[in-house]
Amino acid sequence: MHVSITSQTMLPHQYRVQRVRQETPDTFTLELHPMSEASAIRFVPGQFNMLYLFGVGEIPISISGDPRKSPTLVHTTRAVGTVTKAMRGLRKGDILGVRGPYGSHWPIASGVGRDIVIIAGGIGLAPLRPTLYSIVADRDKYGRVILLYGSRTPIDILYRRELESWRSRFDLEIYVTVDRALKSWRGDVGVVTHLISKAPFDKQNCLAMICGPEVMMRFAVMELLKRGVPDDRIYISMERNMKCAIGLCGHCQFGSLFVCKDGPVFPYPGVKDLLSKWEI
Amino acid sequence: MENLERLLADHPFLAGLPKDHLELLVGCASNMKFNAKQYLFREGEEAEKFFIIRSGKVALELYVPGEGAITIQTLGEGEIIGWSWLFPPYRWRFDAQAMEQTLVIALDGKCLRTKCEGDHHLGYQLLKRFTDILEQRLQAMRMQLLDVYKNT
Repeated sequence: MHVSITSQTMLPHQYRVQRVRQETPDTFTLELHPMSEASAIRFVPGQFNMLYLFGVGEIPISISGDPRKSPTLVHTTRAVGTVTKAMRGLRKGDILGVRGPYGSHWPIASGVGRDIVIIAGGIGLAPLRPTLYSIVADRDKYGRVILLYGSRTPIDILYRRELESWRSRFDLEIYVTVDRALKSWRGDVGVVTHLISKAPFDKQNCLAMICGPEVMMRFAVMELLKRGVPDDRIYISMERNMKCAIGLCGHCQFGSLFVCKDGPVFPYPGVKDLLSKWEI
Repeated sequence: MENLERLLADHPFLAGLPKDHLELLVGCASNMKFNAKQYLFREGEEAEKFFIIRSGKVALELYVPGEGAITIQTLGEGEIIGWSWLFPPYRWRFDAQAMEQTLVIALDGKCLRTKCEGDHHLGYQLLKRFTDILEQRLQAMRMQLLDVYKNT
């Protein structure tokens, strides 16, 4: 995606908070609506916005809502830093600055006629949720649609109600596992990569999209390759410290690439040599 | 027996095993059913068997004083449980409890140990397969130890 750099590129639009939803003890979702129709943002799954909490700071957050429900924007994030902790205190009616959308997107169109394998770890489910919305909206175009989701513990599972609703559909296969659990948890325990060898998809005719901690993505790719999935059918979403979001400041430089501009979604062959380098 | 032979021959864990070895395994195999909450084995008991899950789900658990039973891993259809029968002191290190009705093929490890001592080719074939499972579980355990979702 090309970005023409003008003053408008860096200018945030005002959005009003419509709803704040607590997803897990440390993760929350903001539902935002533009204050003027002219500033409405249209996005494709995988892209991110820069959210600006006035007087506190600006951060990149992937878009986790339904692209068909534009102009409403949905962002899910964890309260871990100064800005996100302050954002957790937002209430309905508060105003945020939004600029975007930025970055590359998931190659959903190339999944038409193929099995879709979505592998998410932790909050990595958020940037993949728009993909699921889009695929579900055009369900007939795809083969099997499989979500493999790994979480730290049962209380950290994101979008629990939605996962249950997807699981009740006959045309989606949803597998959820947690890394650790007390005996009261009746679901699966084990790492998400363990699910890959068991998932029923056509290894030669699938599209795999992965988002989660980098270590988890590396292991997931190894399992997919071991299973026989061609590497050019694998896409991952990278995360780096993004500041300008337009490839100018260099904060998110990843080898010769900029995560904000060339990513965050990359075809695996394009980044595989960089993933194992410590210095990058 | 014919049914067991077919089930074992079709299982990926035993793929490529010569017919005579397969027949030998069938001689050590039996079908077992565990109801939900029933234990396949308990920590400290003698490890005499290993199991191939035909259907259902099993939780490997460890009791932690003050916290209760922690589920380490769950295993389902087609997966293998148990390698303690292979290594001294031949005692289970975890509890294994059926989470739902579970059908397994149980293989008599005690009997197999003796046969492996007498036929090193069979011993190598089995060890090679169990090492593959051990490697997978070790990798998974390393990832769990990294606690990758903690700060992301």
